[in-house]
Amino acid sequence: MAHETSNHGSATKRIWTVFAILSVVTIVEVILGIVRPEFLVETHLFRMHLLNWVFIVLTLYKAYYITWAFMHMEHETKGLRRAVVWTGIFLVCYLIFILLTEGDYIFDVYHDGYISWDF
Amino acid sequence: MDATAVKTGTEGKIWGGDNEPLKASYGKMMMWFFILSDALTFSGFLAAYGFSRFKFVNQWPIADEVFTHFPFLHGVDAPMYYVALMTFILIFSSVTMVLAVDAGHHMKKNKVIWYMFFTIIGGVIFVGSQAWEWSNFISGEFGAVETKGGKILQFVNAEGEQVALESFAASLPNDRTRLTRNEALWYESESSMPDYDLAEVVEGFKANPDLLVRTQILTESGEKTILSREASLAKLENDAVGVVQGANLVHNEYGPPLFADFFFFITGFHGFHVFSGVIINIIIFINVILGTYERRGSYEMVEKVGLYWHFVDLVWVFVFTFFYLV
Repeated sequence: MAHETSNHGSATKRIWTVFAILSVVTIVEVILGIVRPEFLVETHLFRMHLLNWVFIVLTLYKAYYITWAFMHMEHETKGLRRAVVWTGIFLVCYLIFILLTEGDYIFDVYHDGYISWDF
Repeated sequence: MDATAVKTGTEGKIWGGDNEPLKASYGKMMMWFFILSDALTFSGFLAAYGFSRFKFVNQWPIADEVFTHFPFLHGVDAPMYYVALMTFILIFSSVTMVLAVDAGHHMKKNKVIWYMFFTIIGGVIFVGSQAWEWSNFISGEFGAVETKGGKILQFVNAEGEQVALESFAASLPNDRTRLTRNEALWYESESSMPDYDLAEVVEGFKANPDLLVRTQILTESGEKTILSREASLAKLENDAVGVVQGANLVHNEYGPPLFADFFFFITGFHGFHVFSGVIINIIIFINVILGTYERRGSYEMVEKVGLYWHFVDLVWVFVFTFFYLV
């Protein structure tokens, strides 16, 4: 086994702490999703309103804890960690950039073209 | 993994095959790389969802208006509560899984059995919940009218609340029956007929002067556009071609059919992962009970299936955000 678990007590304590973090973040997300505070919806940042950015950041925060604590990524060697995490992040960033840019362009074509699509 | 490995006689040598430069066993490392490739598949799906959403950014359905059901609370508007509950169930089953892995490190067989049991139960509840979400989505709630251009027209009352077709559609004599393969052409049939036809909906709309049409175009503040009474009547007369109830891959009463397509593909693919995760968990669970890993001296198989299970949870965290929140 690659990693050495310290004594039993602290490992389970870590698990419950992470569970508490994930729960709190999820509850906050749901509350924000239902209330949708005005100032977050009306403020825009990089063509999306701030609330969406808050959701995305909170999601990445949760993803970090699931991968690092539950999947024990924090105990793996640097090499394995980088091979898995960076590969994913690079490809996902590329995909998101290219597809969202293209989607936005097609929206403009539909929206500003001389053909009406709403009939 | 000594149980299956064949000795080469070159153990201990650099190229002998027992080298673990990443200090993870072959099986665990391959599980990680499988997860990486699976993560890219899901990323592809979600990025494609983003693409389609950006393409129709001014007319995408509002999730809070689509997923409003909660079991045993009929007619209560409960946006997102049920998905939030599902999310909790999955996170909690992840916790029991990691507790099972931890108990495995300490060779506590009974604890592993119980924690894995709770994990499986959580997974089964989650899959069941997803099936329930699907059935609500497929059967729809209010019903709508589709236009020539494939856009959706919904109906609201004077307060701006959505109104179901059944509450106002007129009842006209109608002799249309479901097309089956023995009627016209042997290869043409339809799976079901809407409860009302367009004439009945238009007639009912005319008879109720406080009804208005709501289009799928979003306003500046992110709400759907409500037409005036005159514009509503004109739109229904000129553009409407049919009645839509619920959603399938071609028609969707909530908005662009692409929304339904991605909902089915992404939550379906994820649900398939949960299902296969439950099956693999059950297999490992049986092995734990039989004492296979006790004899092997290591519960690493529990750890590997645990990795897969956490990955399923990880994907759900993203699906939850991009389908229900953003």
